[in-house]
Amino acid sequence: MAAEFVIEGLKATIEGKEILKGFNLQMKGGEVHAIMGPNGTGKSTLASSLMGHPKYEVTEGTVTLEGQDVLEMSVDERARAGLFLAMQYPSEIAGVTNSDFLRSALNARREEGSEISLIKFIRQMESKMKDLEMNPEFMHRYLNEGFSGGEKKRNEILQMMLLEPKIVILDEIDSGLDIDALRVVAQGVNAMRSEDRGFLVITHYQRLLNYIKPDFVHIMMQGRIVKSGGPELAERLEADGYEWVKEELGIEDEVVGQEV
Amino acid sequence: MTTQTILPVDAGRLSELSLRSGEPEWLKESRLKALELAAELELPKLEKTRIDRWNINQYGSYKESAAIAALNEAPSSIAALVGSSEEGSLIIQRNSGAVYTRLAPELAEQGVIFTDLHTAVKNHGELVRRYLHTAVKPEEHKVAALHAALWNGGVFLYIPKNVVVDTPVQAIFLTDDAEASFAPHILIVADSNSSVTYVDNYVSGKSEAGLHNGAVEVFACAGAKVRYATVHQFGADTTDVTYRRAIVENDGAVEWIVGEMNDGDTASDTKSVLKGNGASSDAKVIAVGSGSQKLNYTTQAQHFGKNTPSNMITRAVMRENATSIINGITKIEKGATRADGQQTEKVLMLSPKARGDANPILLIDEDDVTAGHAASVGQVNPEQIYYLMSRGISRSDAEKLVIYGFLAPVVSQIPLEGLRNQLKSLVERKLGQ
Repeated sequence: MAAEFVIEGLKATIEGKEILKGFNLQMKGGEVHAIMGPNGTGKSTLASSLMGHPKYEVTEGTVTLEGQDVLEMSVDERARAGLFLAMQYPSEIAGVTNSDFLRSALNARREEGSEISLIKFIRQMESKMKDLEMNPEFMHRYLNEGFSGGEKKRNEILQMMLLEPKIVILDEIDSGLDIDALRVVAQGVNAMRSEDRGFLVITHYQRLLNYIKPDFVHIMMQGRIVKSGGPELAERLEADGYEWVKEELGIEDEVVGQEV
Repeated sequence: MTTQTILPVDAGRLSELSLRSGEPEWLKESRLKALELAAELELPKLEKTRIDRWNINQYGSYKESAAIAALNEAPSSIAALVGSSEEGSLIIQRNSGAVYTRLAPELAEQGVIFTDLHTAVKNHGELVRRYLHTAVKPEEHKVAALHAALWNGGVFLYIPKNVVVDTPVQAIFLTDDAEASFAPHILIVADSNSSVTYVDNYVSGKSEAGLHNGAVEVFACAGAKVRYATVHQFGADTTDVTYRRAIVENDGAVEWIVGEMNDGDTASDTKSVLKGNGASSDAKVIAVGSGSQKLNYTTQAQHFGKNTPSNMITRAVMRENATSIINGITKIEKGATRADGQQTEKVLMLSPKARGDANPILLIDEDDVTAGHAASVGQVNPEQIYYLMSRGISRSDAEKLVIYGFLAPVVSQIPLEGLRNQLKSLVERKLGQ
């Protein structure tokens, strides 16, 4: 069954400031939606609120994945229900190897007693790392510790490939990547595109969308989607910037949650 | 302070005990002199720790322990540690005395001595006398003096010149009778260019509270290498006060691996004195505190020799209401040129009521040295837990990963696989999972 992910009227605050001001989006498996917008318009807050980051508080709205209430779930339950967020700033965790971490994540999805065999796991991990042109030694390195920006992003995609989620949110996966790394990361994402998996690609550069072709493009300002369209919308943004959108909609200041 | 001292034994009784055990005159005198000191000396002054409020007077009295003929007769509380194989070298002490001693024949052939300390006094009196109480001195404070007066059981390990012992030599100390005094003394002498690994475990199973007053003395002669690994896993029934000292001669090396996994109040002090040129010391301490434990861990390195490196690492996890004071003292004496003293103390707190205090101290009286320290006290980072949970890992498993990750850089450096695994499972037990 194709995943259906529905966000309705989502409002969220951080430290008492409202950042999301009624966000609506419907997506299905097989679709790639891009969320574009200038800095400070609430894109990363959207990603963090959907995953359940403890600093963000959802004050209104609903989020469902295949009809299940996502907002009622703890962070780990959301992940096991099929949600995956490739983070802009992944945590570094000393003492925990990449492979121990990923094996724990895979086993968390399995019943006790039916854990993935070590050999099978290593074979899988090695093969995906090869696809992402990652040095095999990263398997035994401590999780993200001392990784460069690009290595962290590849590692996020590696996790996505192994965990096979239903809805993937990529939060600025292109930031800090050179063109080669961007190509590799996009290849990883494209290899995972399928009828039963949806992607929400958050970026403020159109560049990424040359590699990951979206079906729908949404422009975010002031904590909500202000304009939606097809891939041609992204191209227009690349050519003309965001000013015309603001003029067309009569928006003076696109950012949200700033101190006045 | 003028607190009235109540000694656990009087001179008459101590001397009678010593006589009955057939101890030589010098040892009886040593015990009686230490008892006199105990009456005069104060308790040790521990940083931010009121040891005088601890339960440290439950010495019990000396009781004979019945020997066991084979390992399958060992008490069930230590069965897992003992295993079933009648190989290797092992001493088991139960309460006041040794109940089992085995020295691997190939080591005996090379002149290795491995017995309880009473037997060593009888058979190798001069050798024992030369070293006994010269590293942990009864003059230091009341606890050390009482230990020197009352010690029982214990271990004497002597490695002759140039002998390299490959398999670890082991000892197990069990206290399961609150009425019996329990004060083992470990004395290890590694003669020139010898090498040995010694591993011991401390276990309890008493129905009433008691005290372990322990002392460890290690002598690494020129070029000798001693690795001393110790795991303390006393229950809440035992207050543990342990002093460990190593004296390291020219180009000798001592390596301490200490697992502090007790459930009762604990004070331990582990010190290397780098006496000779080129002497080195490496100390790794991992600790987990839980319940309402009060803990005070000190590691020390004192440099006299030139070109002497020392490294000390302590990592401690505190949960529930546990309180820990962690001290690292690097002392470099005048003349110890090109000494290098490094230390790191880190505490991870798992609950708002847990407390940790890391005190790195460098005392340097020589200019031509390098030294460094790092200390940190912190809580589990909620961002890390969020990140792990966002991959489907439950909160408790995420916390477990972060905690093991915190200890891993020390645990992974432990060169004995069995010990590494034992510590991992003890950490798991202490974390209550």
